[in-house]
Amino acid sequence: MSGNTVAVLVEHRDGVVAQPTLENLTLARSLGEPVAVWLGEPPSDEASATLGAYGAGAVRVVELGAAGRLPKVRAAAVGAATPDAPVVLMTSTFLNKEVATLLALETGAGVVVDASGAELADGRVETEQTVFAATWNIRTRVVSERAIVALRPNTTQATEVDGAGAATVETVVFEAPEVPERLVAVSAVEREEGVPLAEARVVVSGGRGTNGDYALVRDLADVLGGAVGATRDATDEGWISHEHMVGQTGTTVTPALYVACGISGAVHHRGGMQASGTIVAVNIDPDAPIFEIADLGIVGDLNDVLPQAIATLQEHKGA
Amino acid sequence: MRILVTVKFTPDLQSHRSFTDGSVTRTADDGSMNELDENAVEAALQLVEAAGEGEVYALTVGGPDAVAAVRKALQLGANHAIHVSDEEIAGADVFGTAKVLAAAIRKVHEEQPLDLVITGMAALDGLTSMLPTALAADLGWSQLTLASELTVADGEATIVRHMPDAHETVAAPLPAVVSVTDEANSPRYPNFKLIMAARKAPVTQWSLADIGVDGVTVGAIAARTEVRDASPRPEKADRQVVTDTGDGGVTLANFLIEKGLA
Ligand SMILES: Cc1cc2nc3c(=O)[nH]c(=O)nc-3n(C[C@H](O)[C@H](O)[C@H](O)COP(=O)(O)OP(=O)(O)OC[C@H]3O[C@@H](n4cnc5c(N)ncnc54)[C@H](O)[C@@H]3O)c2cc1C
Ligand SMILES: Cc1cc2nc3c(=O)[nH]c(=O)nc-3n(C[C@H](O)[C@H](O)[C@H](O)COP(=O)(O)OP(=O)(O)OC[C@H]3O[C@@H](n4cnc5c(N)ncnc54)[C@H](O)[C@@H]3O)c2cc1C
Repeated sequence: MSGNTVAVLVEHRDGVVAQPTLENLTLARSLGEPVAVWLGEPPSDEASATLGAYGAGAVRVVELGAAGRLPKVRAAAVGAATPDAPVVLMTSTFLNKEVATLLALETGAGVVVDASGAELADGRVETEQTVFAATWNIRTRVVSERAIVALRPNTTQATEVDGAGAATVETVVFEAPEVPERLVAVSAVEREEGVPLAEARVVVSGGRGTNGDYALVRDLADVLGGAVGATRDATDEGWISHEHMVGQTGTTVTPALYVACGISGAVHHRGGMQASGTIVAVNIDPDAPIFEIADLGIVGDLNDVLPQAIATLQEHKGA
Repeated sequence: MRILVTVKFTPDLQSHRSFTDGSVTRTADDGSMNELDENAVEAALQLVEAAGEGEVYALTVGGPDAVAAVRKALQLGANHAIHVSDEEIAGADVFGTAKVLAAAIRKVHEEQPLDLVITGMAALDGLTSMLPTALAADLGWSQLTLASELTVADGEATIVRHMPDAHETVAAPLPAVVSVTDEANSPRYPNFKLIMAARKAPVTQWSLADIGVDGVTVGAIAARTEVRDASPRPEKADRQVVTDTGDGGVTLANFLIEKGLA
């Protein structure tokens, strides 16, 4: 199967390629010949140069308007751009899981989502996943000829290809299918500065123990260059917006470092962060379940521990 | 308003789970209805209550234990329960499971048309969130997924869908498959009367033959993916918990610095 086209669906925001796409291109190189699939307004020269640098030989562009938000239209667009690709990689998001499902129904592909890796074995794709709140590792073989794999961010180290040329930009002819669903309204969510939660290498989260004050959590995230997360109790209280919720029903994160502040460690929360590289927890209760999965646990009041940690880290950074 | 809710039997998240021959080993005492399907049942009950008429069906596909999932739905107020079970379903992937659910739904729909199928947003064991999409496609019905709000009027369903970059309002004609998130509502608690009644309520049992599905098209043989290997993740080594005695913040910072994380 090696030598075959491996399509990578590009995630981009404001025209800039998201880091998980570069990770997926890196992974795609070990599976075959990567091509990038770009949905929306055509990419800038800079964006296609970036895709080329990470191994994409071509960028296939499907121009899509607002209807591209609808899973069926999106899946049809990816299908139009990838008829020759036995392997399609994408970032594991709720929308992409739907796109993967619909595309697979067209092509007969097997699908694995939330994977942390993929490789070829005897002509088929095999994937790694952590399941059951990250307490088990499983290896899945896609037995069908075609495979669609949705990967979690931060599971492959993105590297450029030495001396790679620019990717050629190709426009895909596409006519959006008629679908029964219709977009009535779209209201943009204001995006915060910095890396989105799902992609961040460092996540600092606050729970009920913050009592609604996220200043310390934000300051620690800032000094570590990370994103801010929260528990459902915190988002339900309205202390912070829903987009920050980490967990099985919120965002699943797999950063190199996860810092849990004033979070008990309920199974629903753990399911969304337990596969993180290093876990640090600050909690006043020595029996909090979060300590069972923490590499370092500090039993203490976050109002004492965090300011001291922030000051020490700032000093270190300045040094 | 006639609504069918799909409910999955999932192992208790806190209990010890294991894999045997590539599938999840379950025992009757450590599983129940997928917690997120409570939101689906609640959404259906609220729509029927608001309409002042209608019926709610609960449908599950799974082994003998899975009947617990539809019994839970009856306790919450569902009117009818259907359990599809067949040895040939073992090893099904998302597409096989969707096919079985779709065939059972068609059978109900042909007897008397349904307006909606409501599902949970994810099953807390498989967690793929793929099933609702595959089900809508198999039925050829509208797909309205990840609803944090749902309204039905004039032969149309309208949902609000929270995506990371925008909140979308999406509408589609009935019949539709709608998946609801845990933001959609707060599930009710079963009351004593319903719990007692649910014990005695009949559960319709269907095999694959009853719904006209050939086992080789849905079970392990048809599956496009196959679990090859499963192992518990090793416990982390060198874990440490220290009590703050005045320098806990410094300990935390130094740990991150030593690990190259700061
Ligand atoms: C179907 C379902 C899905 C769910 N999905 C999610 C999900 O995706 N994500 C999620 O997060 N939750 C989810 N939940 C909720 C989850 O079960 C927990 O209720 C929630 O995670 C608890 O949030 P918490 O840790 O902030 O609060 P608590 O459990 O109340 O914990 C607060 C912690 O803060 C500590 N604390 C208090 N004061 C201080 C202080 N000054 N300094 C240090 N520590 C302090 C306490 O000791 C305690 O351990 C879900 C629930 C259900 C039923
Ligand atoms: C750990 C694990 C990993 C898996 N990985 C894959 C994979 O990568 N690819 C793959 O194709 N299959 C996979 N499967 C198989 C897949 O989970 C099942 O086929 C399952 O029935 C459908 O997917 P889900 O549980 O993820 O459901 P989701 O799509 O997460 O569930 C959404 C909703 O669908 C409904 N629903 C789901 N299953 C049933 C049911 N049996 N009866 C009634 N209602 C139901 C419920 O309303 C539920 O809330 C996996 C299973 C497990 C346990």
